[in-house]
Amino acid sequence: MEKIIIIDYGLGNLRSIVKALNYLSKEVKITNNPDEIKNASKLILPGVGAFKDGMSGLKSRGLIKPIKDYIKSGKPILGICLGMQLLMTESEEFGLHKGLNFIPGKVVKLKDIKKVDEEGYKVPHIGWSQLDIIKKDSIFSNIPNKSEFYFVHSFYVKPNNKEYTTSVTMYGKQEICASIQKDNVFGCQFHPEMSGSLGLEIYKNFCKLNS
Amino acid sequence: MKKIRIIPRLDIKGPNVIKGIHLEGLRIVGNPSILAKRYYEQGADELLYIDVVASLYNRDSILEIVNKTSKDIFIPLTVGGGIRTLDDIRTLLRAGADKIAINTAATKNPEIIKKGAEMFGSQCIVVSIEAKSISPGKWEAYIENGREKTGLDVVEWAKEVTELGAGEILLTSIDREGTGTGYDINLTEKIASLVNIPVIACGGAGNIKHIIECVKQGKADAISMASILHYNKITIPEIKSELKKNGIHVREYGKNNNN
Repeated sequence: MEKIIIIDYGLGNLRSIVKALNYLSKEVKITNNPDEIKNASKLILPGVGAFKDGMSGLKSRGLIKPIKDYIKSGKPILGICLGMQLLMTESEEFGLHKGLNFIPGKVVKLKDIKKVDEEGYKVPHIGWSQLDIIKKDSIFSNIPNKSEFYFVHSFYVKPNNKEYTTSVTMYGKQEICASIQKDNVFGCQFHPEMSGSLGLEIYKNFCKLNS
Repeated sequence: MKKIRIIPRLDIKGPNVIKGIHLEGLRIVGNPSILAKRYYEQGADELLYIDVVASLYNRDSILEIVNKTSKDIFIPLTVGGGIRTLDDIRTLLRAGADKIAINTAATKNPEIIKKGAEMFGSQCIVVSIEAKSISPGKWEAYIENGREKTGLDVVEWAKEVTELGAGEILLTSIDREGTGTGYDINLTEKIASLVNIPVIACGGAGNIKHIIECVKQGKADAISMASILHYNKITIPEIKSELKKNGIHVREYGKNNNN
């Protein structure tokens, strides 16, 4: 029986994700119980807020080991926004902080471009942006290239190895990583639950993945 | 290519969407669920609900509306009106809001912006500024849905909320609101050029030209409108089509191909 678990570590609005999965007729549970996390068949790590708060939220609830054990088992995990950033080695947000280190690389700040000729891109990056999809399978299996998704973030991930980047998007003249994958570890910088019907497809595709 | 966001605004009183002029008035224009769904299906990029008499009526009705209407709508929803405490913010986020808009409470206690940003993330905190012109190039911030003066200079206040950690500014021109005579371009341009967070312009859209000039001259990052949509003067697909023709990038929409 499918056990989709959303990790509650004190950050972020989990309800939107629950809503999306319920709309897809998926049963989902929000929990911070280590056993339920370890034994989930699909795991979602949400997140909205600051990196260091995210890490301390996980640490204080004793969730780092259960997540590590879950990932070792080969079952799929999906990190969203801050959730994806936490999967990296470290982040530069408000100082240098260590992450879960499942995907080698760091989290860095978007450059604030405010010159008139740069179209006045601001930070946070808030709004819809097109994806150039590099790895067209798994969660992107039926997603047309150049599809638009909703982003809201001030930091982005820089994987050490290009092969972990599964899609990119342009922010002004910066090309930034929009999603990552390393084996069973997936991450999206954008919010599928706020990206209309194509966002729902991302969740559908994730739920279809086998271990 | 930065995409300009189109954000329909639904002013909610009890179970109805209402519309006023200069933020006053009680004309009922429709049902929140029906309008929200229609705008979502037409390609709205986000939705904005303002509970216009939150302090006078029972708060539960807006929570119920947020809960009910957000069930099958998958674009960001910002909810404002009468938010006083961090608990109010938490309650709204739990009910289905993705962001909250705060005005009155922020002017009385600016720390709530900072604490809200720390607790829930900057991107959840939209500071709503209602601006009334006092002389050319000068505007005063109002609260209580345009009913009370604050003595705050809008330009200084916008700078301050940005420093406190607001994620976005929702900038409404009280002079233009509901009149259909166009956005206050000077106001929008002044604030949008000054702060390094996104500015959502609101108040005054009467036709597509107003929207185009608000983006091109006003430098707005997002455009919110109410009357022009609720009274069916134009549809969202028509707005996006015209913006594209005028070189303004927008998110593509359409039930069959995307979102």
